[in-house]
Amino acid sequence: AALTGALRFQVSAALKEGRVTPTELCQKCLSLIKSTKFLNAYITVAEETALKQAEESEKRYRRGQPLGALDGIPVAVKDNFNTAGIETTCASNMLKGYISPYNATVVQKLLDQGAVLLGKTNLDEFAMGSGSTDGVFGPVRNPWSYSRQYKEKSVPKSHSEDKESNWVITGGSSGGSAAAVSSFTCFAALGSDTGGSTRNPAAHCGVVGLKPTYGLISRHGLIPLVNSMDVPGILTRCVDDAAVVLGSLAGHDPKDSTTIQDDFKPFELPDLTDVSKLSIGIPKEYHAPGLSSEILALWSKAADLFKNAGAKVIEVSLPHTCYSIVCYHVLCAAEVASNMARFDGLEYGHRSGMNKSTESMYAATRREGFNDVVRGRILSGNYFLLKQNYDNYFVKAQKVRRLIANDFVKVFRSGVDILLTPTTLSDAVPYMEFIKEDNRTRSAQDDILTQAANMAGLPAVNVPTALSERGLPVGLQFIGRSFQEKQLLTVAKWFEKQVKFPMIQLEEVKRHDHRGFQHQKSASFS
Amino acid sequence: LAPWVPVVGLEIHAQISSNSKLFSGSQVQFAAPPNSLVSFFDASLPGTLPVLNRRCVEAAVMTGLALNCSINKKSLFDRKHYFYADLPAGYQITQQRVPIAVNGSLSYSLCIDNKLSQMVTKTVRIKQIQLEQDSGKSLHDDTRSQTLVDLNRAGVGLMEVVMEPDLCCGEEAAAAVRELQLILQTLGSSQAVMAEGQLRVDANVSVHHPGEPYGVRTEVKNINSIRFLAKAVDYEIQRQIEELENGGTILNETRAFDSKLGCTVSMRDKEGKQDYRFMPEPNLPPLILYDAKSLPANMNHQQVVNIDWIHERLPDLPSVKRAKLVEQYGILPEHSFTLLNEDGLTEFFENVVQRTPMKPQKVIGWILKDLLSYLKQHSLTVKESPVSSSLLADLLNLLEKKEISSTAAKQVLAELWKGEGKTPLEIVTEKKLELMQDQKELEEICQAVIDGQENEVIMMVLG
Repeated sequence: AALTGALRFQVSAALKEGRVTPTELCQKCLSLIKSTKFLNAYITVAEETALKQAEESEKRYRRGQPLGALDGIPVAVKDNFNTAGIETTCASNMLKGYISPYNATVVQKLLDQGAVLLGKTNLDEFAMGSGSTDGVFGPVRNPWSYSRQYKEKSVPKSHSEDKESNWVITGGSSGGSAAAVSSFTCFAALGSDTGGSTRNPAAHCGVVGLKPTYGLISRHGLIPLVNSMDVPGILTRCVDDAAVVLGSLAGHDPKDSTTIQDDFKPFELPDLTDVSKLSIGIPKEYHAPGLSSEILALWSKAADLFKNAGAKVIEVSLPHTCYSIVCYHVLCAAEVASNMARFDGLEYGHRSGMNKSTESMYAATRREGFNDVVRGRILSGNYFLLKQNYDNYFVKAQKVRRLIANDFVKVFRSGVDILLTPTTLSDAVPYMEFIKEDNRTRSAQDDILTQAANMAGLPAVNVPTALSERGLPVGLQFIGRSFQEKQLLTVAKWFEKQVKFPMIQLEEVKRHDHRGFQHQKSASFS
Repeated sequence: LAPWVPVVGLEIHAQISSNSKLFSGSQVQFAAPPNSLVSFFDASLPGTLPVLNRRCVEAAVMTGLALNCSINKKSLFDRKHYFYADLPAGYQITQQRVPIAVNGSLSYSLCIDNKLSQMVTKTVRIKQIQLEQDSGKSLHDDTRSQTLVDLNRAGVGLMEVVMEPDLCCGEEAAAAVRELQLILQTLGSSQAVMAEGQLRVDANVSVHHPGEPYGVRTEVKNINSIRFLAKAVDYEIQRQIEELENGGTILNETRAFDSKLGCTVSMRDKEGKQDYRFMPEPNLPPLILYDAKSLPANMNHQQVVNIDWIHERLPDLPSVKRAKLVEQYGILPEHSFTLLNEDGLTEFFENVVQRTPMKPQKVIGWILKDLLSYLKQHSLTVKESPVSSSLLADLLNLLEKKEISSTAAKQVLAELWKGEGKTPLEIVTEKKLELMQDQKELEEICQAVIDGQENEVIMMVLG
């Protein structure tokens, strides 16, 4: 796989050359997880199995037969992916204590390549939310809240104010995975992306967040939110790493009938030097209400960057963008209502003690197992699916969805290669401020820039761009053509190189053995 | 009193005969230990996805072709939602919007006035055939206040055959279902044994006066045999007529057939009408079928279902088989019906015909009168018959060669039934049933009889 660029320090190379062993790497990560526990990024840490996997990896390296670039690399997986023998909770009471008998295809692929699975990361319950604040295990804290960069810029409102209460959210719903990667506890993490759930926390946590084309990566074993929009998401510290992980995960899965049959060939990203043949589209509708002036300026600066490097930068229009949020909410609620119907307490998961009748047991189980957000979406979803409402809501939303997807088709057909947009409306807000509005309001606000790519099934990636005035990460999003991940990531990599996003300065990381941690401190593993 | 026109429409669920289930790889098997044939998908474990079973698609296409349907080259899957203990996912995957086959017909025959010799052919239109999942089974244990759930059957493939309401009585319903059963068994797309739940029939019944709009219909369920189907339908028609003539009304409800009492009973559901909140199944792309014309050149034969390929390989349907039997053996049409109606009887008949020079038109009498009546008397299937086709052929050969009389042959058959392993020849020898061939010996016997009955002979000669 990708072992290019001698100047960059690579963990994979280090492992191969024996400068560090998988066990050492694993132990360091586990230790760092413990010392960053206050981030609440992990729900389950699989210490024993991880160390065993590291041992096995070490044996392979000693024999000179590593399985590939991912062999021995510590990774984390969002807790809505099935992992055999390790609890899968979806941050919900409904699945607390649930131990799945099978691995999601993507998890199996990582394990088959020798990756070391450190644990399951925290999320909004059943991936519903944009803050990673609404799970039963509590909210995830953005590691940047504890960074020197943020602390330097934050002005305490009062002397006695608890510093702790100023922490900012990760964004969501894959906040745990984003925080895990951002705080160096793992080298790559899996998230999921239905309306922006990988890109949004990636932007807030200053990491690369890739949403692949729908149908490229198997969803078998990913507990679904919206089957027609969900994709497994990839979070890493640099674009090259995302390409490596993508290479190990993509391809047809007979167990998932929505994956494409075409052969997928993993690729290495070229080092783009000449962007003059590129056409970058700037969709004007993405100058959305509420977009911070800071991000607007950054977006503009990025466009100029491309222009000055010789690329063609043009304004384009995706006229149906303004309808995507309501459309998404109807379709999402409808699928949620359907997907959650299986949680009745009979076969697995939480079962209420109420046993007067099957119906009463179902009702009590579901009331006890689901939080308000999930129940709200189930109720509205069932409403939209009622016979008398189906045409006006569900079918109408599907039609609007087609219009939104066609907007992209038209733009890409007109010669535009890549779209450049902001990922979020602002940098990460403090938790105390975030929870002032309810989940639904927040989701509607925060999904607006990321959501349309899910409607259209297109690949999109967040690239950390710069720090805000508050010292927090801001990212920009690139959206590409269906199944053109190579082009998308090549452009993203070029951009990443130009902006040189700063590394997070975390005390906890510094406190660890400096020598041993050099590997982690560099952004990448590949 | 104004006449009543009964209207009967049937919905038939036929379990597909396949090794594994419609959307998962777990096995299909009757009467296995509870919950021993349940895959992760069948148990609705979160994150599992349906994968369509090719064999089930082929079975549905075969059935559609045999029923003269148009096969939809593109059909869709939907979710039908309701909560029940035997439906783990909270929804059934079915085909509500665009099913796999539509607009067919089924021809069946009826005897007029129970006279087998007067058969008339009728047709019922097939509205559609759809693929869908079977549910699990739930057993209510009232003594212990619990419900036991067995998911072995959950996810097994079903073909739902929906008929237009062209039938008018129990007899027609029974005959139509019987013919459908034979067709399915001939195709092998379903074993269609009602007793094993492989064929389930629900009847929609209503009555109205000629010229007036259709009446309110009831749905009758829990019909466990073809015989009970006829009874249930006729009972319900009668019940509705009586109710209406007494000034009552018919409720649009579901009723269960009680076979012991021979009547239908209201299954009054406290819930009222269900809204199934149909939604497209997002995990299954549209089902695309090909024919010789539309099949792309580079397509892997293994990856597609070719309707024409299946059509070419359809076996002879019952109606064709019957016509061939009549033509080949010179038997009557009603004979061919009986032959096909008994599992294995046609084969038995043909085996006998092959082994004896006796004319098939004579052999058929032995098959349908003697053999079949013995089987029915002892409740045996053809396969269980103690008299094999070769044994019967041997016997008929003796008869044909005039070595025994037909009376004697019946006696030999009675002996053969005991299944003691003796051949017909051995029994004939044992019981001295041979026809005498010696002319002189015969004369001597006749003379002896006449001599012993002098008076009677004189009376006869005198007239």
